[in-house]
Amino acid sequence: MKKLSAITMVLLVGIFGINTACSDDDWEDRIRYSTGVKLLENPVYKKECGDCHMAYHPGLLPAASWQKLMAGLEDHFDDNAELDKELAQQITQFLLDNSADKSDYRRSRHFRNMAREKVVIRITELPYFIHEHDEIPARLVSGNKEVNSFSHCNACHKKAEQASFREHDIFIPGYGKWDD
Amino acid sequence: MKRISFLFSCLYLGATAVQAESVAVTRLLKTYKSQGATTASRDQGKIMWQKQYSGKSPFNTRSCASCHETDLKQSGKHVKTKKVIKPMAPSVNPERLTDIKEIEKWFRRNCKWTLGRECSPAEKASLLTYISQQ
Ligand code: HEC
Ligand code: HEC
Ligand code: HEC
Repeated sequence: MKKLSAITMVLLVGIFGINTACSDDDWEDRIRYSTGVKLLENPVYKKECGDCHMAYHPGLLPAASWQKLMAGLEDHFDDNAELDKELAQQITQFLLDNSADKSDYRRSRHFRNMAREKVVIRITELPYFIHEHDEIPARLVSGNKEVNSFSHCNACHKKAEQASFREHDIFIPGYGKWDD
Repeated sequence: MKRISFLFSCLYLGATAVQAESVAVTRLLKTYKSQGATTASRDQGKIMWQKQYSGKSPFNTRSCASCHETDLKQSGKHVKTKKVIKPMAPSVNPERLTDIKEIEKWFRRNCKWTLGRECSPAEKASLLTYISQQ
């Protein structure tokens, strides 16, 4: 009898534990699902692609863009980001496996769309990105020392590194909260 | 007794951590020497660090300090993305110069960007000597 109740206890605790953990994750996930892209933990990617800027989430560009970008790291937006072959291959695979076309997160479904004529390698040149940001005046971006360029997502999106882009977490330095 | 041996293992770990820093530098300097770098000069490294090289617009003049500051104990800022770069001086940032692959990777990239070419083993030896003493 004692043994049985111990087992029940363990089961109960287990279920409870899992349950609460699940609902927290669910909640976070649901928000991100509708307003963000998939958050993936990959220490190698973060280390190799996060030294000069925030490590952009794979779900922000379609596969064709990642492929093209990774093939030209030596001349990477006028900087040099070259990697040895093995690492480059490993990272390319990670990006392709998780690119915007592979993701069913709502934002990624937008980020996968490219203008048809050419493959862009900037998130900031995708039609969806331009559409979402075309009301922001240049003085708040290029004319703003703390932002500098649209590429600096996390200057305005306070939870960009956590893959969340919801309006609630937008704060433009020197301007404040964004209410439209 | 347990406590003492625990203390010892901590001390030991501490000692290896400090040692690891110079191991990477020592080993790399040895490699450069085997590649023909006969002189590694701290002063030469300093001159290279501060020298202004010419490059294409918009960064017509470039130097290591473009992103890392002249004073290596200060934090730098990436000249284009503005991301903060932690101090290069191992005396204030012990994580620096502890990983040979990392040092080589950045020497290759940063020399190409700054000087427009790779640095020679002699140049790298001088730069490494200079940085490691900051
Ligand atoms: C040596 C520094 C450096 C490293 C390392 C680096 N980048 Fe970049 N990256 C830059 C610079 C500079 C820009 C241009 C930023 C700007 O225009 O403000 C950039 C821009 C980008 C953009 C375009 C952002 C936009 O405007 O939409 C993407 C995507 C990108 N990088 C991906 C990567 C990936 C993937 C890696 C790892 C393989 C990587 N970067 C590593 C320096 C770097
Ligand atoms: C200058 C500040 C700023 C920068 C930098 C910036 N954004 Fe934004 N972003 C905004 C603002 C403001 C909005 C809301 C626009 C609106 O709805 O009127 C927005 C909207 C968005 C949205 C839509 C969110 C939603 O739920 O409607 C996404 C996704 C997004 N940005 C992603 C990015 C990414 C990715 C980057 C970097 C490549 C970036 N942003 C850089 C300010 C910025
Ligand atoms: C365009 C910007 C830029 C320039 C110019 C630049 N660096 Fe760097 N450097 C970086 C970035 C970014 C990192 C990696 C960020 C970090 O480790 O915090 C780095 C890292 C390094 C490292 C790695 C140190 C370690 O052990 O962590 C060394 C060594 C280095 N740089 C040397 C140089 C030298 C020498 C020059 C001049 C020839 C130079 N850099 C010029 C951006 C730059």
